[in-house]
Amino acid sequence: MTTVQAPGEAEVTRETVAPRRVLRYRIRRISYKTLMYVLLIGLCSFILLPVGWMLTAALKPDLAPVFTPTPEWFPTEHWQWDNFPEVLTRRLPFLRYTINTMIIVIGNILGVLISCSVVGFAFARLRFRGSKVLFYILIVTMLIPWQALMVPQFLFFVKIGWYGTYLPLIIPSFTGSAFFIFLIRQYMRTIPKDLDDAARVDGLNTWQIFWRIILPLSTPVLTVCAVFTFLASWNNLLGPLIYLDDQKKFTVALGLANLVSIADTPWNLTMAANLVTIIPTVLVYFFVQKKLIGGIASVGLKG
Amino acid sequence: MARAKRGLMARKEERAAYLFLSPWLFGLLAFWLIPIIASLLLSMTRWEIIRDPEWLGFENYREMLFDDRTFWVSIRVTLKYMVMSVPLYLVAGLLLSLLLNLKIRGINLFRTILFVPSVLSGVAVAVLWVALLNPDVGAVNSLLRDLGISDPPRWLQSPTWAVPSVVLVGFWGIGGGAIIYLSGLQNIGPQLYEAALLDGAGPLQRFRYVTLPMITPTLLFVLLTGLIDAFQVFDTVWVLSQGGQGGLGDSLQFYLINLWNEAFVAGRYGYASALAWVLVLIAAAVILIVFKTSGRWVYYEYDPERNR
Repeated sequence: MTTVQAPGEAEVTRETVAPRRVLRYRIRRISYKTLMYVLLIGLCSFILLPVGWMLTAALKPDLAPVFTPTPEWFPTEHWQWDNFPEVLTRRLPFLRYTINTMIIVIGNILGVLISCSVVGFAFARLRFRGSKVLFYILIVTMLIPWQALMVPQFLFFVKIGWYGTYLPLIIPSFTGSAFFIFLIRQYMRTIPKDLDDAARVDGLNTWQIFWRIILPLSTPVLTVCAVFTFLASWNNLLGPLIYLDDQKKFTVALGLANLVSIADTPWNLTMAANLVTIIPTVLVYFFVQKKLIGGIASVGLKG
Repeated sequence: MARAKRGLMARKEERAAYLFLSPWLFGLLAFWLIPIIASLLLSMTRWEIIRDPEWLGFENYREMLFDDRTFWVSIRVTLKYMVMSVPLYLVAGLLLSLLLNLKIRGINLFRTILFVPSVLSGVAVAVLWVALLNPDVGAVNSLLRDLGISDPPRWLQSPTWAVPSVVLVGFWGIGGGAIIYLSGLQNIGPQLYEAALLDGAGPLQRFRYVTLPMITPTLLFVLLTGLIDAFQVFDTVWVLSQGGQGGLGDSLQFYLINLWNEAFVAGRYGYASALAWVLVLIAAAVILIVFKTSGRWVYYEYDPERNR
């Protein structure tokens, strides 16, 4: 911001404004900045203090009180790292839950990437009769909450014997998801159309144009879709809650929800399990956050 | 000759297009069209796993509207949540994004921290807040007592404070909404601000006459998703109300929690389908109303179709 406006502003200041006004201006700017920092630090503490409390609780031995009269925001006394192996394999099976969830997550990412890129390509770059109508239908399915259809879907999957398996949680993603198709379409439309024409002159067919030219250029939006899919299916509770009955097949979200609502688990282990659940998503977020935020900005949510 | 050739090319392109669309078309049929019709038919039956299905006509809908107290409770709880959360998240998300859009040192660190809760699972966040909001020993009430409030709210265990608790838990993830605003803010051309500066506009005027109109499309998006999401609140509340039990005195009986209970606890699939249809109608009504009124306050700088 300063680089854009500084030259013009500085000139005006130097020539026409008395030094005292410059000083007042500076003081006002410094106090404005301080206020902004105070606000930001306050908000960040609102985020970080609960996380710190969770870490403290997760590292306590069974006999230490988790709820202290004054909340402890960072572990000081107790560093019971052993709670994590307890949660993962010994007293609770969160390692198994993690593996189960990974199976679903990988299935969903594959499904979304394959189906949505193909369908998004057709919407973005191919001309066909009915494209307008189909696009409207796509938008409508994006707006209808899928939960409205979960009862007949459930009865259908029970009927074909998929209840209690991961299939109802994985297979539908291979038929595309309206939101991701929409994102990919928006992105692919920004790629110059000349590329296709040149490729056609070179004798490439539609599939080759998709596979060799458009798809490699679309990796930013595909990354965004992959990460969103990861987050959505890792965190999903309702799907696994409806379709999984065997504890051995639970996902982390379902296992964790079960700990608090049904089983009477000690709080230190519950919080350790909670950390096990959130660490993968936070790690993924740290690795891709630049791309993610840039991706959302580039796709744009206008119109 | 040329025309015939183009026709052939076009037909080839069309065939390819439908081939590319086929996974989605299949899903549209199998997971949308057939379930929608099935759901409509189901909603007119008594459909339970153990008994033979029985045709009821509109009986389920009549029961819902006139005899089902829980249905009306769920509507009230959901509306209460909507009224409390949507304006709050809308304004707070916008203010936060303005803060995060400042070009000051360390802003990336602040952004990183504030966005973290939005990637966490609703279940994990809810589990954490169940502990923090414990009325007797939880950290929140400990703090409030230290601040001199001798009788702090009982949060999830109080019918009055249960919905505000859910709003508070959601507020912790407000950074997620801010990401969307932030991308909207960053799409505003700097030349607009420069022009406003030259015209002598102060910071508040620049916000009122540049930022706010330019960000209305984003506001529309956030408003729309916020309204629809209120009817889809599930994961967090399922945990906060001990496995979807609806909380003390049904104070957490959100719409989808009630639907889930009817379908997957009581096994009343027909009745639950009727609830689902009402959900679709409500969502459609909300979308229509918002879009109909949006022309008055949403400002589009350019035709998006032309620019993309």
